[in-house]
Amino acid sequence: MPTSDTDSQTYETDALIAEDIGAYLDQHQNKQLLRFITCGSVDDGKSTLIGRLLYDSKMIFEDQLTALEDDSKKSGTQGQEIDFALLVDGLAAEREQGITIDVAYRFFATEKRKFIVADTPGHEQYTRNMVTGASTADLAVILIDARKGVLVQTRRHSYLAHLLGIKHLVLAVNKMDLVDYDQATFDTIVADYQKFADEIGIESFTAIPISGFKGDNITQAPSANTSWYDGKALIDHLESVELANTTAQERAFRMPVQWVNRPNLDFRGFAGLISDGTVKPGDKVRIVPAGKTSTVKSIVSFEGDMDEAAAGQSVTITLDDEVDCSRGDVIATADDPPEASDQFEATIVWMDDEAMKPGRGYFLKLGTQTVTATVQAPKYEIDVNSFEHLAAKTLELNSIGVAELRTDRPITFEQYSTSRQLGGFILIDKITNATVAAGMIHFSLRRAQNVHWQPTAITREDHANKMNQNPRVLWFTGLSGSGKSTIANAVEQRLAQMNRHTFLLDGDNVRHGLNKDLGFTETDRIENIRRIGEVAKLMADAGLIVLTAFISPFRAERQMVRAMLPEGEFIEVFVDTPLEVAEERDVKGLYKKARAGELKNFTGIDSPYEEPQNAEIRVNTVDMSVEEAADYVVAQILPLI
Amino acid sequence: MATLTHLQRLEAEAIHIMREVVAEAQNPVMMYSVGKDSAVMLHLARKAFYPSPPPFPLLHVDTTWKFQDMYALRDSMAKKIGMELLVWHNKEAEERGINPFDHGPLHTDMWKTQGLKQALDHYGFDAAFGGARRDEEKSRAKERVFSFRTASHGWDPKNQRPELWNLYNARKAKGESIRVFPISNWTELDIWQYIMAENIEIVPLYFAAERPTFEWEGGLFMADDMDRLEKVMGKKPEITMKSIRFRTLGCFPLTGAVESEAATLEDVVQEMLLTTTSERQGRTIDKDEGGAGMEKKKQEGYF
Repeated sequence: MPTSDTDSQTYETDALIAEDIGAYLDQHQNKQLLRFITCGSVDDGKSTLIGRLLYDSKMIFEDQLTALEDDSKKSGTQGQEIDFALLVDGLAAEREQGITIDVAYRFFATEKRKFIVADTPGHEQYTRNMVTGASTADLAVILIDARKGVLVQTRRHSYLAHLLGIKHLVLAVNKMDLVDYDQATFDTIVADYQKFADEIGIESFTAIPISGFKGDNITQAPSANTSWYDGKALIDHLESVELANTTAQERAFRMPVQWVNRPNLDFRGFAGLISDGTVKPGDKVRIVPAGKTSTVKSIVSFEGDMDEAAAGQSVTITLDDEVDCSRGDVIATADDPPEASDQFEATIVWMDDEAMKPGRGYFLKLGTQTVTATVQAPKYEIDVNSFEHLAAKTLELNSIGVAELRTDRPITFEQYSTSRQLGGFILIDKITNATVAAGMIHFSLRRAQNVHWQPTAITREDHANKMNQNPRVLWFTGLSGSGKSTIANAVEQRLAQMNRHTFLLDGDNVRHGLNKDLGFTETDRIENIRRIGEVAKLMADAGLIVLTAFISPFRAERQMVRAMLPEGEFIEVFVDTPLEVAEERDVKGLYKKARAGELKNFTGIDSPYEEPQNAEIRVNTVDMSVEEAADYVVAQILPLI
Repeated sequence: MATLTHLQRLEAEAIHIMREVVAEAQNPVMMYSVGKDSAVMLHLARKAFYPSPPPFPLLHVDTTWKFQDMYALRDSMAKKIGMELLVWHNKEAEERGINPFDHGPLHTDMWKTQGLKQALDHYGFDAAFGGARRDEEKSRAKERVFSFRTASHGWDPKNQRPELWNLYNARKAKGESIRVFPISNWTELDIWQYIMAENIEIVPLYFAAERPTFEWEGGLFMADDMDRLEKVMGKKPEITMKSIRFRTLGCFPLTGAVESEAATLEDVVQEMLLTTTSERQGRTIDKDEGGAGMEKKKQEGYF
């Protein structure tokens, strides 16, 4: 056992637990939560420090301790003494190599706070792991070996912590026991670090001389060996820094909508995790990106309605009126909403073995929004050791660069420096589904609007006026064999008789020409719908009433097309035919083939159909004939066109 | 608004995770083992989707060797909440009479590991909530919240997706599935504290009471089903009445009891905090393969 005069200074909870468990539990009930990351390599004594924190706060038990003693003899690096590092090095392969290769999360608690520690490896090839651990941390402990001082890796770790928006940096100058607790050594390291911190814009940091192995200045300061030190012990500091969650509450209200809760027709709640600010019933809110305003009616919870809710809480909100709001929208303070854009500049950390492909479409997930994004060739790559800007055509695994992104529809966001939840995103490969990159938005590029909204002499209103109608896109969706094309045809005939200018897009005139390069994989189906959407939009710009008849099985793609058009122009017509009925009809014999395994990715059989949740028009083809259905659709849209 | 407490933060995180799964998965299910962690998870699910009932069924991969009290609570909870309860028995294990006395580790493998795979395949679930926590065992500290499994339910520790901020990538290829652990960041104390704060109903076996016990291979066990015990063990075990409780609940012959007087939640928490034996020690599963036991089981598809 390592011993020192600080060894017995653990937490004073044991007596309270034994004597007054009720009081202890009250205290624990009201603890706050701090998440932090430890940066450094095994050589800096990182795992030893974490092992020590767990050990001191009694987060290891006797049988684990026995196992630890056995393990220490077998594979420990500390001779016959207890090797705390073995407590935290998890996977078998890693134990053999003696290094940690992933992000491991550890837990301990003191009287005031509960801590979640992200333990990540320090080598450059594990940059992605450190970035992952840092993304949720309020504070970073940067470990330095007192014998070695500020190294290249210290600079890299500090840069990454700063990049990920960590406001509190602790410079833990470790292994002070090996430099005889020399104050001058400590002061020199702090001065060196200060110079570097100024260079990269780190506003403040806290330096503490420690020994993870012996226990100096971990729980009490100053230790007898460092009487010259006049700062806080590491634990005291961790217990007192301000939490990011507290500052988030002071910003304007934002809640990305995760899920719409509709148990019955009388209740419609919007469920989500509040990312910023606070909310109360009666607050005026705006649904972004659409921009409609409403008022918070109630904050519903299992225990009854709440008077107020704040950043960090998962809630369900109801609004005063029936505004359109679904997953991906953000409910925000009405007079200070976040912006929406489809072009950004961002810092990107590449995390996949396969390098970035500029121009390829990736899924971008930000908050609860998922869109398709293309990344342009990087403006530059950042050397994580020297911070120089290097020219780059792509980004490889673990490299960091700045690039522009374009999304296929506007997304609601904040600058990362303002809000991690609305400024941080991941990129997902559409084929492998791997998370390939993390990104942090700097700002939107307004150019998007200039390109898209270049004023033309003849406006879309002019086109529409000449045709004496309101352009609309009637989007028929439903299973194969549901009757989409038949009904759409009948509707078009009726509209033509009423002197409306129409055009019908269906599989026959699209799949054979415009989209003949596309197959039926999920990716191709998405691209198919995207192109149809773009064509429909151009035709609507030209003043036409467009009818489309495609299975369009995925909600996200229908939503994508809806978002391309001005509000109200997209009319979703759900041709609701149960699978059994459609399969029974099997006009083209496709279901039979799909059941026999001859057709892959067939909607309803081995590929999903996501029913519309809020279609403007729903046609029940079981109860209605084609003629009745067409009459019904026309009656519904007539007032709108 | 005051700073949130750690339990409020953990609760919000778990609810957020559950809602993400419901929004992005096609056919989710919640694994329900009737233990205290399951009880907390179920309670969180009710809160997450209130006023709707949780929009997925509960799945109990049963071994037929659970304590009677567990079956009783399982059935009454499902009924009370109005959720569909699916119970899966591995037919092969049933037919071959696999039991914890004669078959040792094979019992866990057949009933639980294989049983779980069968159930997930049978119902076509693409996302399954589990109550595992990172503080339970060393190899779990690195487990993701969204843990991907191949079509054959394998877990590849080298091929897991990075999880940044609170963004979870739930996309997967056909046949692949996700195990989702909403209470990853909870500790055992958090679980107890939450049960107390939220008044969550748990199996009475967690609390000390006079119960019939017998000793077997150096451990203390409860005689839950005497007829069956006698049949499998070949003789009637010698029964002593003792005040015992359980720190974890599994199959009754695999789950050791501890002698205890802790009859209330406060007593239990006090005992837990003062005790020097960690949670999984009562269960034999980790010891089988030395230090790397759980990791190996996970690669084979154990939850």
